[in-house]
Amino acid sequence: MIDVRFHLRRTDFSLDLDLSIPAQGITAVFGPSGCGKTTLLRLLAGLEHCRNGFLKVGNLTWQDGNRFVLPHRRPIAYVFQEASLFAHLSVQRNLEYGVKRVPATERKVSMQKAIELLGIGHLLKRKPDTLSGGERQRVAIARALAVSPRLLLMDEPLAALDAERKQEIMPYIESLHDELDIPVIYVSHSHDEVARLANHLVLMQDGKIKANGDVHEIFTRLDLPLAHASDAAAIIDAQVIEHDTNFHLTHLEFSGGQIAVPHKELPLGSHVRLQLAARDVSLTLEHQSGTSILNIFPATVDAITHEGGAQVTVRLIAGGVALLSRITNKSAVELDLQPGKAVYAQVKSVALLN
Amino acid sequence: MFNEADLTALAITLKLAVITTMILLVLGTPLAWWLARTRWRFKFVLEAVVALPLVLPPTVLGFYLLIALGPHGPVGGLMESMGGKPLAFTFTGLVIGSVIYSMPFVIQPLQDAFMAVGRRPLEVAATLRASPLDRFFTVAVPLARPGFLTATVLGFAHTLGEFGVVLMIGGNIPGETQVVSIAIYDHVEGLEYTHAHWLSGGLLLLSFVLLIAVYALNRRFRVARP
Repeated sequence: MIDVRFHLRRTDFSLDLDLSIPAQGITAVFGPSGCGKTTLLRLLAGLEHCRNGFLKVGNLTWQDGNRFVLPHRRPIAYVFQEASLFAHLSVQRNLEYGVKRVPATERKVSMQKAIELLGIGHLLKRKPDTLSGGERQRVAIARALAVSPRLLLMDEPLAALDAERKQEIMPYIESLHDELDIPVIYVSHSHDEVARLANHLVLMQDGKIKANGDVHEIFTRLDLPLAHASDAAAIIDAQVIEHDTNFHLTHLEFSGGQIAVPHKELPLGSHVRLQLAARDVSLTLEHQSGTSILNIFPATVDAITHEGGAQVTVRLIAGGVALLSRITNKSAVELDLQPGKAVYAQVKSVALLN
Repeated sequence: MFNEADLTALAITLKLAVITTMILLVLGTPLAWWLARTRWRFKFVLEAVVALPLVLPPTVLGFYLLIALGPHGPVGGLMESMGGKPLAFTFTGLVIGSVIYSMPFVIQPLQDAFMAVGRRPLEVAATLRASPLDRFFTVAVPLARPGFLTATVLGFAHTLGEFGVVLMIGGNIPGETQVVSIAIYDHVEGLEYTHAHWLSGGLLLLSFVLLIAVYALNRRFRVARP
């Protein structure tokens, strides 16, 4: 676990953080600009100092009442929002800069591995100013990995890039988790990035923690803002079980049932993450037969909240997995939806996240 | 052409410029670094002190140095009491005067260059395990290279052209403290215009070549940076 206690008072800004996050997988720190996400990351790295802070990563204490481990002595790596490559060094020398300073016995990720993972082998001789924004960020990520960090801090690494470059880099970040067992703390204000990458989610607002937990749960909790946004969605982890070559469909299975999506070239058994937008999920009391909708599964109403105006958001449980449905209040009344009531969720469209 | 005294003056001038520039780079780099990074409230006082030689008449500076370095001044007196010689009218005195007089020409470009590097590259280096001294030499100095080039050339060229300070504290001792600018003055006084022409032309050319070099190189560095 990573245990954090930071309290900071500045003239225009204050921070009150007291949280524990898992030291594995990708933890996203999500919140609006200026909520203190970056400051949290800088405090973790030791680039900022706050008096009476406490920070423990695994069994190592990096900060407490009388100790403050300087940034260059912390086994971390940091990927900054904007390109942060050393302008006076080639890509290769940029990569070596960190590697050279790590004792050989602590090198777990070889430079070669980092180069391969980020696909930058052809860029090694180049100078940073000749690279595109996406390439620079890939080099920065490779350079961070090559120091074999015990904790990887990423501060909106995709924010400065256009949509196409984001798509270029996302798969690399996803693969980090599977390829290298390095815990990542990923600061973002992008709903999509969080939905796609995070295992664990910390919601921040005005320098405070609003929620801290499993990403599936936080996305669907009705007492938190994410479930009430216009793009509210549930995240579901599923497995590929069958390809239907006749109709060009791929069948996926999750604990609440099966979902068909347009054919995807994925091996059977592989894990995928899906996003089910609340507005694409409608409810019926009986299993509909004469419908064009393919994805229908039984669920139980868990809770309902009014959105103000005509709409309500219904939280459903299907096989232990939480879903959201955005319907009109009129429908909710006519169907007499109550917590505990059995319904069928009809899913109009599903977005495959990876 | 040049007579022997002129050549000696030229040699002393170059020696003075080289030594002065080296001392300023060694002492000025940490000071410029500190000025670029500190959040000290009264930093502007120190900046004003560094800039003072830019606006003071060289004779004023030379006069105070003469007093300080002479046998009855604090520095000269101290030297004398320790069995040394007062520094006025010596080459060492000349170096001290030149270091002070050319100080802003070295410190200001360095400070500007360090400020242009910013904090981010150093933070990046810190997260890549580089200690503060390591970051300074492997990140700050290379990224501030155009500033070092400007500082070196300006410090050197400015020392070459010095007159007032040198005259005040160096006197005009041929073979010891007589530099080119003073030799030219002597030639003109003695109506030896040919000698004055040769020396003046030489200094003009040297200064121009140095400045051309610095501007050309700095342009190349700027282009090479993102």
